[in-house]
Amino acid sequence: MSETVTYREALNRAMGDALAEDERVFLFGEDVGASGGAFKITDGLFDRFGPRRVRDTPISEQAIIGTAIGSALMGLRPLAEIMFADFAAVCFDGIANELAKYRYMTGGQVTMPVTIRMGNGAGGGFGSQHSQAAENWLLNVPGLKIAVPGTPADAYGLLRAAVRDPDPVLVFEHKHLFNIKGELGDPPAVGELGTAEVVRQGTDITLVATQLMRHRCVDAAQRLADDGVDAEVIDPRWLAPFDLDTIAASVDATNRLVVVQECPPNGSWGASLVARLVGERLEAFDAPPLLVSAEETPVPYAGVLEELWLPSVDRIVDAAKRTVAY
Amino acid sequence: MTSSTTPPGTSPIPTEEQLDWLRLMHEIRSFEEECHRMFAQGIVRGSTHLAQGQEAVAVGACKALRETDTMSCTYRGHGAVLAKGAPLDRSFAEILGKGDGLCGGKGGSMHLTDMSVGAIGSFAIIGAHLPIALGVAHAAQYKGTDDVTLCFFGDGATNIGAFHESLNMASVWKLPVIFVCENNLYGEYSPIASTTPIAQLSDRAASYAMTGITIDGNDIGVVHGVVSDAAARARAGEGPMLIEALTYRQKGHSRADPAAYRPPGELDRWLERDPITLLGQKLASEGVAPERLEQVAQEAEQAVLDALERAKSWPDPAPETRLEHVFA
Repeated sequence: MSETVTYREALNRAMGDALAEDERVFLFGEDVGASGGAFKITDGLFDRFGPRRVRDTPISEQAIIGTAIGSALMGLRPLAEIMFADFAAVCFDGIANELAKYRYMTGGQVTMPVTIRMGNGAGGGFGSQHSQAAENWLLNVPGLKIAVPGTPADAYGLLRAAVRDPDPVLVFEHKHLFNIKGELGDPPAVGELGTAEVVRQGTDITLVATQLMRHRCVDAAQRLADDGVDAEVIDPRWLAPFDLDTIAASVDATNRLVVVQECPPNGSWGASLVARLVGERLEAFDAPPLLVSAEETPVPYAGVLEELWLPSVDRIVDAAKRTVAY
Repeated sequence: MTSSTTPPGTSPIPTEEQLDWLRLMHEIRSFEEECHRMFAQGIVRGSTHLAQGQEAVAVGACKALRETDTMSCTYRGHGAVLAKGAPLDRSFAEILGKGDGLCGGKGGSMHLTDMSVGAIGSFAIIGAHLPIALGVAHAAQYKGTDDVTLCFFGDGATNIGAFHESLNMASVWKLPVIFVCENNLYGEYSPIASTTPIAQLSDRAASYAMTGITIDGNDIGVVHGVVSDAAARARAGEGPMLIEALTYRQKGHSRADPAAYRPPGELDRWLERDPITLLGQKLASEGVAPERLEQVAQEAEQAVLDALERAKSWPDPAPETRLEHVFA
């Protein structure tokens, strides 16, 4: 039996279940306690688990990440919230230099079962400093695992998997998806690291996208179907570890690829994916793979500008048609 | 809040224990002299940051801790890690990049770590470990143990944001952490007075409703007494403390630095207050024979040389180990 929940409710359920499952888990961050969080994602958890398990911090992102690292060193399983992923820049040293490298630099003396949740992505009118899809900043840092859930089921499943994992996992929660609804199993499924989901099966072209862009790709696939193009849609769900096999198998069958991402192209996961597939299986392609990205500017504020910045369903359909017609 | 150069009352320490401090300080001094030599000879790579002259802070503070207490330090941390109990040979081996080094040869001079003795890390980004000390202390509080964690950092770190975030949160959460600022008067090449508008760094504790104290970091008895006091308070749930230990870096910032920026006479004045000399004089005045003091020094030096010989004889890391320990 399943239940219809929002992405927000799924995250809340995942944290409650993780706290209930393991005494070593504690949740902390700015306003996550009695106030229930800036986006009400932690609502009710403070009342249920108390101030020891659910703890407010000062507005001190470096202290938050350090607290996560130090607690993990001593055997706890910290679940930290960085309110907006953009704020990862404030504690970049903690994430990129300390958390990611600690196990390696100590020759395996420590494990780092840290989960960091961050509000991610554009589409909500938050402006340039509260809207970035910041996961791309961390792609070039070995030692981190990166989850990018796009549905309520994945919001639950990936977050649960992150907390159970012995390594640092960054979970990017897309702000523009908080209210979308989807099915959650009973009991809800815990995800498996590094597994993509084939969202829609198709034979003519492979569309790959995460989070908000995944949903736009599903819409685009519907429009393409009306025009006789059968698109396969794949959501990687994890950027690290990355499920290249599922996407490669799809490209081998469709021979066409469009990757859609909510960020500028330089230094992005989509650019890395295209480079790898071209390098490893050029012969599989009947057309040059395309990367549909956001524009090379900060995220603009005005609704009309922000919508132009984000890859639209129209742009995705257009790119897919050009690829099929190549 | 107190802020003074007068230590609180300290209980007398048995002579044998003080001789053990002396041995450890000699070992650290010899260890670093060998490091200096090897870097100069090009036997080891990268850079090294020596703490000759600061041994009383490392040993006095670490000897005030229990085995289950933890300690974090900086890239100038050889002495602190050895003082917490890391073995000489595996510490040398790490600096030499050997497979049996403390970190399998993947850390190096700036990252000596030995979790088995509670030396939880040496950090090469100024101030980066102060927030991590919060987490270690939080874990003790969360689990209900009375362990404390001690965090060494330099004077320069008091001007970085992480210092302020950490002192604030440690105080608000009443965490069992002891912040020990080793004020060696220079942040890299710049005199602290040229970068910092206050004369006494421990004054910064007042902003965080924390006890701050400035002490003579070259008097190991003072360091030991004050840190013991801070540890007892932290164990009792009274929260963190900031200790500024005044000391002196007898060498330059790193191996490339001849420290020509020091005013004439400054080094000589501090050499007269060398912490090893001071403890030797104190023990002599308390009746320890000069031969005994000399024996301690010689045994320490021999232990270091033996350890270095062992470490040098060990093999390089196996090539495949470079791919290990990224993930669990």
